[in-house]
Amino acid sequence: MEIYLPIADLPVNVFLVLAMGLAVGFISGLFGIGGGFLMTPLLIFIGISPGVAVATVSTHIAASSFSGAVAYWRRRAIDLALALMLLAGGIVGTSLGVWLFTALRRLGQLDITIGLSYVLLLGSVGAMMVTEGLQAMLRARQGKPVELRRPGSHTWIHGLPLKIRFKQSKIYVSAIPVCAIGLIMGFIGAIMGIGGGFLLVPMLIYFLRVPTNVVIGTSMVLTLITMASATILHAATNHLVDAVLALILMVGGVTGAQFGARAGQRMRSERLRLLLGILVLAVGSRFAFDLVVAPNDVYSIRTIGDAP
Amino acid sequence: MKRTSAARISIVGTLSASLLVVSALPAGAERLVSSLSSHIVRITSNFTGVELVLFGTVEDDQAMAPRSSGYDIVATVIGPRQSVVTRRKERMFGIWINAESRSFVEVPSYLQVLATRPFESIANAETLRRQQIGIANTLLPEQIGPDVADVIPSDRFRQAFVRIKRDRNLYGEIANGVTFLTPTLYRASIFVPAEAPVGNYEVDVKLFADGAVVARTNSAFEIVTVGFERFIANAAVDYGLVYGVATAMMAVMTGWFASIVFRRD
Repeated sequence: MEIYLPIADLPVNVFLVLAMGLAVGFISGLFGIGGGFLMTPLLIFIGISPGVAVATVSTHIAASSFSGAVAYWRRRAIDLALALMLLAGGIVGTSLGVWLFTALRRLGQLDITIGLSYVLLLGSVGAMMVTEGLQAMLRARQGKPVELRRPGSHTWIHGLPLKIRFKQSKIYVSAIPVCAIGLIMGFIGAIMGIGGGFLLVPMLIYFLRVPTNVVIGTSMVLTLITMASATILHAATNHLVDAVLALILMVGGVTGAQFGARAGQRMRSERLRLLLGILVLAVGSRFAFDLVVAPNDVYSIRTIGDAP
Repeated sequence: MKRTSAARISIVGTLSASLLVVSALPAGAERLVSSLSSHIVRITSNFTGVELVLFGTVEDDQAMAPRSSGYDIVATVIGPRQSVVTRRKERMFGIWINAESRSFVEVPSYLQVLATRPFESIANAETLRRQQIGIANTLLPEQIGPDVADVIPSDRFRQAFVRIKRDRNLYGEIANGVTFLTPTLYRASIFVPAEAPVGNYEVDVKLFADGAVVARTNSAFEIVTVGFERFIANAAVDYGLVYGVATAMMAVMTGWFASIVFRRD
């Protein structure tokens, strides 16, 4: 069944898009991530322009992170104070990201920027995750205990001023790195159409020593609000958010996530991390391939305005 | 590209002169009548393109001796005008990025030329150029600094632009797209793909005899979005902020709904 997308301005098969939503939702439930880094490339692959894909996926992620956040809220596994502090940076980052997105689109360099960001970010993060995952598996095979990061150990980050105590997370850190992390996540989320859960969770654990029981719920609150504001800002400035496409994706995504979450509970966490790393690396490589290999057509056209 | 700017200016000169020739077209003894199967095309959620039928008759003057060569029809369908930027990727530091670009100003978003025979057997090259018959003879003005001028058909950007438009079925030429059912009754099919923009489409029909235009007529149809699609598309552009807030609310509602439906405790 074909349906005409009003903003993307092309007809798509409803079941194909729904299946994509389900598949990405399953993966996002499995790994506890938003899945934007998979959804955006998939939409580009079926012919939706990168701009519309990025803007629309932000809506999709807002929905999936909200349903996730509600579940964590019921379990009291959200540090609201930390989430709000992250948000202070996140909103600024999102605004900057949407501004840069608009500027790059005008210059005709948006697609290449999205491509390059995917290669750099997913390539480096994926490589790190795969290496770490393999090491963890090797250690497990050799019978050595998995090395745990000591929550009490201090880094240079803990020497920064403006310290705040976050009661729920039981951490005492400076507001500077908290806002900075929020800013970075908001910025790359707006440009790349990713919630960045796969990036934010390790950052919160590694840099801020946020305990694992509150980290996912807290990151979902940040993702929810940055992505909801990215939706509003993209809609207000670039008119690129396709509500019909977003709705189909969301329905598939939230359903798939439930099955993914159940499947994830039966898998070992090191193995899950390794799999996620391979997936991230694969998507990054795919973008690298597109950038390096000569395109089928070196020319492209874009309508810049209707005649009065 | 500087080399060709002089040539472009001379083309603009001849084209503006040729426009005067068109308007001063000598009226032939024939009258051309045309109509379309539909004058309004509604885009609904399952829109995948539309085929319209153009039909009409040639009413010849009974007092005049019949034409020895017979008649030819050329129908040109022009969609709403848009400005389009054409970009070329180049390899830089090992990756392909958009380098040069050209802006085509107020060019047809859709252009279809249908004829009874190949254009060159209908009239000579000079007449075809004056009458703007065929894609190669259609004005595609390009922005060059502060000026706007037509480009020669061999321009690389123009060729690429036309090729991409042809690949998307937005531009096309069909040499046998018009058929005479009787010596005076003609018919043609116009296909408009789903990708074609909404707006007014002009159908210009020219009657050729003995290598010259003897009559012409115009018709038009409009592509409109209706219902939900129209509402969404308009709201997104006219009320971007409200649309964004509503979409974000929809996301939150969907997420909330899912958390209730799939609640496990």
